[in-house]
Amino acid sequence: MTGVRKAFAATVALDDVSFEVAPGEVHALVGENGAGKSTLMKVLSGALLPDAGAMELDGVAYAPADPLAGRAAGIAMIYQELSIAPHLPVAENVLLGAEPRRGLLLDRRELAARARAALCQVGRGQLPLDLPRGRLPIADQQLIEIARSVALGARIVVLDEPTSSLAQADVRRLFALIRQLRAGGTSIVYISHFLEEVREVADRYTVLRDGRTVATGATADASNAELVALMVGRAITDLYPRSARRPGEPVLVLDDLAGTRLPLAASLELRRGEVLGLAGLVGAGRTELLRAIFGLDAVRGGSIRVGAVVGPCPPAERWRQGVGMVSEDRKAEGLAAGLTVADNLTLARQAWFLSPAHLDAACAPWFAKLQVRCRSPRQRVGALSGGNQQKVAVARLLHAGVDVLLLDEPTRGIDVGSRAEIYRVIDELACAGKAVLLVSSYLPELLGTADRIAVMCRGRLGPAREVAELDERAILLAATGAVETTA
Amino acid sequence: MSDAATTRSRHRWLGRLGPALGLAAVWALFAALVGPTFWGWENQRLMLLQTAIVGTAAVGATIVIISGGIDLSVGSAIALGTVVVALLLNAGMPEFAAAAGGVLAGALVGLVIGAFVTGRVVLPRLLGRIALSPFIVTLAMWGALRGLAKGLGDNRPVYVDGQPALLDLMRNTGTGLGAVAAPGVWIMVAVAVLAALGLRHTRFGRHVFAVGSNEQTARLCGVRIERTKLLIYAFASACAGLAAVLQFAYLGQGDPTTAEGYELKVIAAVVIGGASLTGGEGSVLGTLIGAFIMTVVDNGCTKLGLENWVQEIVTGGIILTAVFIDRLRHRAR
Repeated sequence: MTGVRKAFAATVALDDVSFEVAPGEVHALVGENGAGKSTLMKVLSGALLPDAGAMELDGVAYAPADPLAGRAAGIAMIYQELSIAPHLPVAENVLLGAEPRRGLLLDRRELAARARAALCQVGRGQLPLDLPRGRLPIADQQLIEIARSVALGARIVVLDEPTSSLAQADVRRLFALIRQLRAGGTSIVYISHFLEEVREVADRYTVLRDGRTVATGATADASNAELVALMVGRAITDLYPRSARRPGEPVLVLDDLAGTRLPLAASLELRRGEVLGLAGLVGAGRTELLRAIFGLDAVRGGSIRVGAVVGPCPPAERWRQGVGMVSEDRKAEGLAAGLTVADNLTLARQAWFLSPAHLDAACAPWFAKLQVRCRSPRQRVGALSGGNQQKVAVARLLHAGVDVLLLDEPTRGIDVGSRAEIYRVIDELACAGKAVLLVSSYLPELLGTADRIAVMCRGRLGPAREVAELDERAILLAATGAVETTA
Repeated sequence: MSDAATTRSRHRWLGRLGPALGLAAVWALFAALVGPTFWGWENQRLMLLQTAIVGTAAVGATIVIISGGIDLSVGSAIALGTVVVALLLNAGMPEFAAAAGGVLAGALVGLVIGAFVTGRVVLPRLLGRIALSPFIVTLAMWGALRGLAKGLGDNRPVYVDGQPALLDLMRNTGTGLGAVAAPGVWIMVAVAVLAALGLRHTRFGRHVFAVGSNEQTARLCGVRIERTKLLIYAFASACAGLAAVLQFAYLGQGDPTTAEGYELKVIAAVVIGGASLTGGEGSVLGTLIGAFIMTVVDNGCTKLGLENWVQEIVTGGIILTAVFIDRLRHRAR
């Protein structure tokens, strides 16, 4: 791709971008949210038409008119939000849009055979073909998408943030598969925020910033610090600020808390003025634990004490008690995309009578504090970049003036700059005597921001340990159940 | 940047003014085709009067639709309301009390709908809460309320002795404000102002939008979803009850077969007014304009001597056009 330019109205999303992928290489595309990665990939796949620039595929001019043309040319997109029909069985999902037919009818035998073959290639040959895809774990759903690209004979597979919701073991499996595809001559474009992953799996990288290519090269030749500096255009020295602080009295105490399915048993003591990290594999029950505390899911046993209040309470009560939560799923739960920024930010604490101007005014201090970039408080929150959306979700807790913050993957899928803002605010809050319970699957982040870390494994929460005693290895061991975690 | 900003503000204006421009266009078209018998003051008063009933009910439906729900029972609730008012009058109740009874009957209907929609039905405690979709619940009510009205009215219109003063609600004979429009029209306006202010300037109003835009988010933010929905359906059906009082005044009798299909007219008015059936969007002013557009089409077509079937096709076209323009606006955003 050379000299690609794409503008929406007056906003230039891509300007003179060049991008080159060699056959059989894994090429990482990195950049902050809004840097233009998705737009570039949409141009590649034919979902968007470029305003200028040219593309070549195997030396032949390539100008797809729509995604179907892109697919026919051998380009497969696997987006962050998986795009498979949840109710259709596995086999039909694998061959979605390319179902073998005999006359007007679906050729079921051929369908099953081809689906099985494709699944075998991605190492999941044992998946039952007739199960609705929605019942499978997210990692298997992703493999189905990759199997689909294999079945369609894709020459370039684009993976957009493929690991953001995968557990460590599934990430390993995915990387093995990527290497296998590469060995077979398939090119992979790998989009990720996780530089460690990029370093591990990619041969070369291209950095996009503000719609321009700023650097490209071999991954082995660039350090993480260099890459981050290229992405943000400035060096981030203290990504994880952690001031020295002294924890106060406990504000949230759990005793053998059990939910309807998960968690099985969770005991912890969260104190004022500390950040307590919750580590664990995806599916270990960390999200369920937070939801049970906050009254979003039912509680089966054990006790929750918030301040002087004992027992489960609905979310409305929790807010009143000074507890607030940021959801891991920004789109489905965290924010109402169709509402304004002001509505979203103030929803948890509003007066009986209000005016839109009041709401706007209430937002202003939080915009400044978190450096939220938006045109106006009346803008729809869905129109903001991921990072700014997440800042709004965090600002909601600040506006409500909560003492206890339950943060579930607060930095998932957002750019480095926004992440830094959120870490800074977490640190400030803890220093101001608030208590933060932070769930994260990103270990450097947990080790960088938390004072203590507890590891959850298969629904059971281990004891919290000082972060100084821990490293990634120890956490991973505990998370995978390799060592006994319950004291 | 300034280019994009003007495009955006243009779209926002289009969103606010879209229905009003549509009304102006339709009105001007008929004014040109028909002449003074259309644009004369008397006809304006008549059209306002013809809008009052659907308009009043549509104010309530706007709130339901903003919250992501739907109410198919409006027509049947209106019929039930007219019968209740007539029966109460015949039982010797004072007129004000009879009218209040009609509104109250509506509110009760709304509470029942709300109870099913939120799963707050007391009886099957053992089964736990089972929330039903508002489409299903109000579809059931659409049938059940019509049946109840027929049962109460013994399958006939319920005649009322004499000339109750309630009938003046829908007569263009008043003085003062009444000389501008009938009291029923002012009732519609008052309810609309109340609802519009409530949506914009109260926490409840913001919660209605939040529930409609993303119920999960609303729950996360501590909005008491069930209480909010219960209130929404109670208010909407009370509006239908008020519309029933006006319908009674218009007919001069209770009629279990009246207002057939009004539920769809009401939904059409809300949609033409710019609301989204997926929730989270809509305005009371837009709805009133939507209701008035439909009256203008009916009235204008009648004046042109066009038959009923033409009106119906034109109304269908207007609904499609309104929604089409609305989608276009959303895509541009």
